[in-house]
Amino acid sequence: MSPSHARPGFWLSALLVLQKDLLIEWRSRARLNALVFFALSTLLLFSFALGADTRILGRSAGGYLWLAIMFASVLALGESFRVENENGALDGLRLLPVDPRAIFVGKATGNAALLMVVAVVLVPVTLAVYDVRPLEGLPRLGGVLALGCLGISAPGTMYAAITSRSRAKDVLLPLLLFPILIPALIACSKAATLVLHGDAMQELRSWTGLLLGFNAAYWSLGILLFPSIIED
Amino acid sequence: MGTETGNARKFFEELFQGRENLEKVLKLLRQLLKALRIALPVIGFPMLAFGGWLALAWVPAERDMGAPSRIMYAHVPAVWMMFLCCVLNFGASIWYLAGKPSLKVDAMAEAGAEVCLVFGVIGVLLGSIWARPTWGVYWNWDPRLTSVTVMLVTYAAMMAARRFEEDPDRRARVSAVLGILAAASAVLVWFSVKWFNSLHQVQSSPKTTYPELVVTLRWNSFAFLFIAAWFVWERYELALKARAGEVAPPEPPPAPAEGGVA
Amino acid sequence: MSTAPAIDAVDLSRRYGMRWALARISLRLDQGQSLLLTGHNGSGKTTLLRVLAGAVPASTGRASIFGLDLAKQRFEVRQRVGLLTHANALYEDLSAQENLLVPARLLGVPQPSARAAALLAKVGLEGRAKDSVRQFSAGMRKRLSIARLLLKNPALALFDEPFGELDPGGIEQMESVIRELQQAGTTVVLATHLIEQGQSLCSRRLHLSGGRAAQA
Repeated sequence: MSPSHARPGFWLSALLVLQKDLLIEWRSRARLNALVFFALSTLLLFSFALGADTRILGRSAGGYLWLAIMFASVLALGESFRVENENGALDGLRLLPVDPRAIFVGKATGNAALLMVVAVVLVPVTLAVYDVRPLEGLPRLGGVLALGCLGISAPGTMYAAITSRSRAKDVLLPLLLFPILIPALIACSKAATLVLHGDAMQELRSWTGLLLGFNAAYWSLGILLFPSIIED
Repeated sequence: MGTETGNARKFFEELFQGRENLEKVLKLLRQLLKALRIALPVIGFPMLAFGGWLALAWVPAERDMGAPSRIMYAHVPAVWMMFLCCVLNFGASIWYLAGKPSLKVDAMAEAGAEVCLVFGVIGVLLGSIWARPTWGVYWNWDPRLTSVTVMLVTYAAMMAARRFEEDPDRRARVSAVLGILAAASAVLVWFSVKWFNSLHQVQSSPKTTYPELVVTLRWNSFAFLFIAAWFVWERYELALKARAGEVAPPEPPPAPAEGGVA
Repeated sequence: MSTAPAIDAVDLSRRYGMRWALARISLRLDQGQSLLLTGHNGSGKTTLLRVLAGAVPASTGRASIFGLDLAKQRFEVRQRVGLLTHANALYEDLSAQENLLVPARLLGVPQPSARAAALLAKVGLEGRAKDSVRQFSAGMRKRLSIARLLLKNPALALFDEPFGELDPGGIEQMESVIRELQQAGTTVVLATHLIEQGQSLCSRRLHLSGGRAAQA
């Protein structure tokens, strides 16, 4: 009755957790659809609020794209942990035992992937509604989107874990998360705007640098702090 | 836990050669601390009053910025105290997670966060008041103003999160995590807002200094320091009292009689 | 590990705020033995089981599980202990089989699919393997969580009210699962209100009241 010797290591455990999350997201596609529609309607709301001047709309497209993704992320992140808490599944994982840091890496990557899906759906809509083209190319836009989604997901997963067991989780998650995301929001919006409208002065590098720094900081903090968050 | 303090006691007993001497030294220390706790506001507030006179009447007006610049003598120390308390909260948060989770450390973290908020709000308000006659606007996305405001929102959110956690041990642990994340955020926000504004001209601090300015600023800084330290101390004691009402003492009462283990 | 007692707890206590959910529980259980844990709701049975499983740390006191220190070697303790609680640790959107495959792979169980299928058959759920757990009744979920416990092959199995939500057939099946575990040498701690079933399965008994050991 000794424990199995073929226990998966850190990265394999993280991958298995990621796989599980992606499978759950696929199974509950209806929720994913609702999420995407929510983000789309947010994008449209912004355009209505700004008025019909296409030049203003075009200039702000990068910013509003990221605002829509950020609002959608609160729903996605909350959902990611509701699924874990409704039957004590996260507890079950913890007690198997699985290294909490591997759980963090798996879940945060899964959340980032989900946000990427939302972002990818939003891009053509943004281009159409705000009448812009990615002057610096789609691959660059894709890179900015990826860095941004990873950047939202790392602190987002931590805060979602913290607030998911609280009474006021619906209010606390955006309250805690949004101020933290401000550097990422600034960098992503600037970078997206540069990709959409042209980067004459080669500024993109400094903004992606900030995004990389943001990611490095919060992914490491997540790995360091997640055990303290989910262990009693 | 009992043996740790026991070992420490033995060490200090040896150091002071005997139990009675150790008791005397401890008593003296306690009295000193009590005196310090009273001395801080007793010295600090009059100092502040005098510093107010220095700033408003004695110091000559700043050449470029004129009369409103006098607010700087309160604004700058307020912001310094905010950062100091932020460091206190960060240190306490790390200590709680890395060392032994002690509710005293949590009380210190809570005190640091609240006093940081108080001085931060004062600093931002004073800065805003200064900005109106100087730049014509109350708010202008100045990197420091913006990043400090974001930081204050982060800390206010952290204090709000504390309210919704009933279990004191879990609340302490969550607050420690939030404190570390808030400090990391403060650093990142500072850099990103600075770059955000890189294209805009930003008014900054006075270009020249002269002895009266330095003296007034230093005097007021110390006054603020004593007052801030007193606030933190009092808030810490309040937090400890609140904990005592929420948390049972570290050891459960001894078993009354042998129970029913089969 | 070979001769260390399954559980050796001294003065185990756990507080939640002002309340001592567990106060100075001392307990020694040898390998292969079975302990019946009784007490009213709120007497500390669930807390004790969670502490022994390494799910929550004790506030004071110490314990060793198979010679492993509960405070310092929580990871190793968790590897050897299985806990069955009211919260069944299932994912509503996954099928029964998937709910076993996920922990099986994370445990490093060899041939996870075969083992999952075998366990589903054992608890009588092989016909519903591909069905989403969302459609399952309370009794079926319980059976699935038993299967999840057995995946781990725990040396110490902790049961927190396992007979709840089960019909008489389910209760019988649960009893036979426990007996099988006992025959295989697993140490068992069973917390239940059904004193009859408990006493027929366990040789020893610990009664809790207000977090303390007490007379039944």
